[in-house]
Amino acid sequence: MSKQHVTMTVNGDPVEVLCRADQTLLDCLRDEMGLTGTKEGCSTGDCGACSVTVDGRLICACLMLGVEAEGRKIETIEGIGESEELHPVQRHFLEEAALQCGICTPGFIVAAKNLLEKNPNPTEEEARYWLAGNLCRCTGYDKIIKAVLKAAEEMRG
Amino acid sequence: MTLQNGNGHNGNGHNGNGASNGYKYVGTRPVRPDGVDKVTGRANFGADISLNGMIYGSVVRSPHAHAKIKKINFDKALKLKGVKAVISGKDFPTLKPSDKLPGVAPLSFYDMSRNVIARDKVLYDGHAIAAVAATTQAIADKAAKLIDVEYKILKPVMTAADAMKEKAPVLHDDLFTEGVDPTPKKASNIAKRTELKLGDPEVAMQSADFIVEGDYSTETVHQGYIEPHACAANFAQDGSVSIWASSQGAFMIRAYTARLCGMSTSKIKVIPAEIGGGFGGKTTIYLEPLALMLAKSSGRPVKMTMSRTEVMRATGPTSGGTAHVKIGAKKDGTLVAGTLELKYEAGAFPGSPVALGCMTGFAPYDLKDVACLGWDVVVNRPKAAAYRAPGAPVAAYAVESAMDELAHKLGIDPLTLRRKNSAKEGTKAVYGVEFDRIGNEDCLQAAQKTKHYNTPLGENQGRGVASGFWFNIGGTSSAEVMINEDGTVIVATGSPDIGGSRASMALMAAEVLGVDVSRIKPLVADTESVPYSDLTGGSRVTFATGKAVIDAAEDAIKDMKRRAAKVWKVDFDQVDWENGSAICIENDEIKPMSVADIAQIAGKTGGAISGKANINVTKGAGPGFGTHICDVEVDPETGRVTVLRYTAIQDVGTAIHPSYVEGQLQGGAAQGIGWALNEEYVYSKEGNLLNTGFLDYRVPVASDLPMIDTVLVEVPNAGHPFGVRGVGETPIVPPLGAVANAVSNAIGKRMTSLPMSPAKILQKIDAG
Amino acid sequence: MAELQFAAPETVNQAIKILGGAKGKGRILAGGTDLLVQMRSGRIDPGFIVDIKNIPELTEIKKEKNGFRVGAAVSGARLGEHKSVKKKWPGVVEALELIGSTQIQGRASLGGNLCNGSPAADSVPAMIAAGAICKIAGPKGRRTAKVEDIVTGPGKTSLKKGEFIISFLLPEKPKKSSEAYLRLIPRTEMDIAVVGAGVSLTLDSQGICTKARVALGAVAPKPVLVEEAGLILVGSKLDPDTLEKMASACRAACNPIDDMRGTVEYRTKVAGVLATRATKIAAERVRSGR
Repeated sequence: MSKQHVTMTVNGDPVEVLCRADQTLLDCLRDEMGLTGTKEGCSTGDCGACSVTVDGRLICACLMLGVEAEGRKIETIEGIGESEELHPVQRHFLEEAALQCGICTPGFIVAAKNLLEKNPNPTEEEARYWLAGNLCRCTGYDKIIKAVLKAAEEMRG
Repeated sequence: MTLQNGNGHNGNGHNGNGASNGYKYVGTRPVRPDGVDKVTGRANFGADISLNGMIYGSVVRSPHAHAKIKKINFDKALKLKGVKAVISGKDFPTLKPSDKLPGVAPLSFYDMSRNVIARDKVLYDGHAIAAVAATTQAIADKAAKLIDVEYKILKPVMTAADAMKEKAPVLHDDLFTEGVDPTPKKASNIAKRTELKLGDPEVAMQSADFIVEGDYSTETVHQGYIEPHACAANFAQDGSVSIWASSQGAFMIRAYTARLCGMSTSKIKVIPAEIGGGFGGKTTIYLEPLALMLAKSSGRPVKMTMSRTEVMRATGPTSGGTAHVKIGAKKDGTLVAGTLELKYEAGAFPGSPVALGCMTGFAPYDLKDVACLGWDVVVNRPKAAAYRAPGAPVAAYAVESAMDELAHKLGIDPLTLRRKNSAKEGTKAVYGVEFDRIGNEDCLQAAQKTKHYNTPLGENQGRGVASGFWFNIGGTSSAEVMINEDGTVIVATGSPDIGGSRASMALMAAEVLGVDVSRIKPLVADTESVPYSDLTGGSRVTFATGKAVIDAAEDAIKDMKRRAAKVWKVDFDQVDWENGSAICIENDEIKPMSVADIAQIAGKTGGAISGKANINVTKGAGPGFGTHICDVEVDPETGRVTVLRYTAIQDVGTAIHPSYVEGQLQGGAAQGIGWALNEEYVYSKEGNLLNTGFLDYRVPVASDLPMIDTVLVEVPNAGHPFGVRGVGETPIVPPLGAVANAVSNAIGKRMTSLPMSPAKILQKIDAG
Repeated sequence: MAELQFAAPETVNQAIKILGGAKGKGRILAGGTDLLVQMRSGRIDPGFIVDIKNIPELTEIKKEKNGFRVGAAVSGARLGEHKSVKKKWPGVVEALELIGSTQIQGRASLGGNLCNGSPAADSVPAMIAAGAICKIAGPKGRRTAKVEDIVTGPGKTSLKKGEFIISFLLPEKPKKSSEAYLRLIPRTEMDIAVVGAGVSLTLDSQGICTKARVALGAVAPKPVLVEEAGLILVGSKLDPDTLEKMASACRAACNPIDDMRGTVEYRTKVAGVLATRATKIAAERVRSGR
């Protein structure tokens, strides 16, 4: 047994993939499925660049094995936003200039969208603590937090 | 001068709504042109490259801080199925000490080559020794572990103080201290002595009523970009090479890699990937020559990606160092003299930014009698790379702490003391330059007027202020402005976009051409599609590359005017350019032609339309001054610090895209706060780095910081058509002092060592 | 070098069988937030990974007559969303929730945090203070053990070969009881505890402490139950003098190391501070009925 057959749903589509037991979900997404929007910054769960959701739960894809994804629903940055229209979190990131280099951005957007699904009206403090596992070295977080709070406001209507 | 309270108080400008500064596009806040790709995961960074037939590289790194390499045995690795190539230092040309580029920050290819791959000696934990390429990353990593290296372990020396001792282990037996007359005959770890002096500080100091003097220390810190270094290289049978890499300069990679691999520049093409942060740390090369040689040896494209651990052990960082500062003042607060002695750890090879520390430390002050002495010292740590205003933060930390102490001693408000002595137009800095119109005083004044500075503090809280200076540079930049058939515009430059510079390029081109910014597409071209440009660094891109874009746009306008003249059958000088259209000066019955109109008839009037500019800006990069205010609360029982409020004030010249200017201030402040409070390299006694990840190398997280308010002081730089001044580096200079002063004021005792960990602070509190 | 194998059994017995067949090279995977990091760094090299999250017993939270039973692999995020457990065992829940980021919370578990054997594990002092009991399965059947008896030293546990923890019983508390956990980290999130303190209290109607347990983390080779500290609190109204005595008992129980996260002196000092503060928070929770 060198590779295991794993069936999962990725961004709504059924996916079958062969992965070694030591490959992380991050490796599977990037190397086996070509979904490189999920980034690797540390591979130890300390930076959040590889944030994805599994059955709606926010996790670091570097801390989950690919073989554990059997039967699970995975959502990555590639699944956020319609073909014609960005998700409000994405749009507010652009409008607020909440990214400089952009490497942490996919992880932040996945994490922020997950926050707003669970808590549509977060305080600044709640947003900061929810996103504490997503490192950004460029912005000082100011504009990121503002973008998330503005997206929340818009989504509440 | 205009003031902008940052943080969106201006609203988010929309395309072409016009800014308050008299420009139509400059100063507005459109969505960045590369934005959608970056919020949807489509943007390709260094590690996202995939090539046909690609294999993967892995690096063997030294587990010892200081050792001789006796033997490298590849036998076991080569037996592993899937291994395609192995290389070591022997596969690279041997360079000589004379292989270098001179300058303020000289560049030694001899050292760079030995840093990229060790030859006879390893000089730090993580130093690359060999590399292997295999069909999968897992096999390559396994093979790397099977490469046997025999060492003769030597005693490491980890700090400048130890390395300067008479009997310290010597890293390089061919290193003789520069800057000392006569040059010593005995090799040592002191690479260079730098001295700068104005007037006679020793004599002037005697006229002081008050003198403050102190020793300050800091640790090695890392740039901490989130994207690890990554590249891919292809070596074709005809000897031509393509390298995909994320870096601060594709031309830099081409030049350095060619030099280290003994190749001609024309054989190497570098295609820039998006760069996931650099802050100076990606202004040099690590993996590219290894990937190239592995590709050459295996005949397959090779991709190499560092792990975070490798990034921490073997790239970056910036120097830790010590400072001894002495400032003398009259009773009324007038500074009479200042001296500063800096000792910086260069890492394994010479070249710490100590000279830059000497040049910048006292720059915010008008001192006629001042001296700075710097020592560049090699130690068994990774070779220091540039980090945002290299050398300046540590020097400023010492000077700004001393200024705070002086203000207390004199009973003068610390901003008033700084204003009283601020460098201004005509002030001569210790490094010999006389300042033009600068915004130093304006920043201090603006700081004093902030609501923040005038808000009272609570119990266990303290406020700190500090100023900072950075030169900013110009340099060589190229740009091409291409008019598409439909009148849309491509702006190509060779400057990697590290924090939104595409947006600035588009705005400046829009302003010159009179074309809506949404119709302009800026791009970062590869090394064969645009002429040479210096790397993205020194806060030079919006200034110098921006100038090239302006020149290129003007060149394109000239071309378009020529086309209009041809169609209208008038002389060229009868055509003017207004609001994005060619107009006929003398005959207003001739309907103006827009860019789109002219583009449509390009074929009939001489073919495609473009403008270009290749420039070297040697003058006019306006220096940047800033002042930061920080409030903290210190838990008196645990020594833990909470940053309560922070404001960054800076003379940014004309803000082209104010949101990204604010972002630079906020990001620099955050990095400086991390440096002040938590970040440091921790080594074992044996010289092994203990905190090789983001768990224990503690960069600030979102919940550690408050909103970072910004005040953009806009003193237009006379050296640039739109008044641009570099903004990226200055913001990391004041925070170390501002935070240290805030903590010191909260506990009523001076903190003299960074990072200010809870344990250090509690010890100070409890010291009674 | 044999290739790593993986299985995700659906019953405890299957898991025991697979572990038995792995000849000592088997490792349990719960949230994986420590295991995967250790594998990546080369610190461990398991031959067989047994994912226990498909076994219902390990992922359930249910009320029993003696308290609540929490599966060893229940994630921090799930436990945090469980209102009744959070109300009664706020110390345990807040301790588990302090581990790592939101992302880590999506995976990290009480079982993993305990079996990793770290002296600085956040949830362990809180569980010790709460008097939590482990249910353990192994080749020789099932047994129970107190949480404080599991970790024996850094990275070491008293679990025998082939054994693993199935669940924890958080024992029912008398009325007017509560608990709290505090830790000291340099940042606000994402760090390993420099010191941790868990306190569980019961007060009577006069506000006199009738029962108390105090446990500390990161101040000794393993998380420690400071019995004396608890005894000092009992019978008092948690007045400043008593709290200071309790704090010195905590400091006396410290046997920490100097490392990059803290010094002996600092850890010892702060252990007393945090134990005092946690006691005050727990008492306030009793009084306010929260």
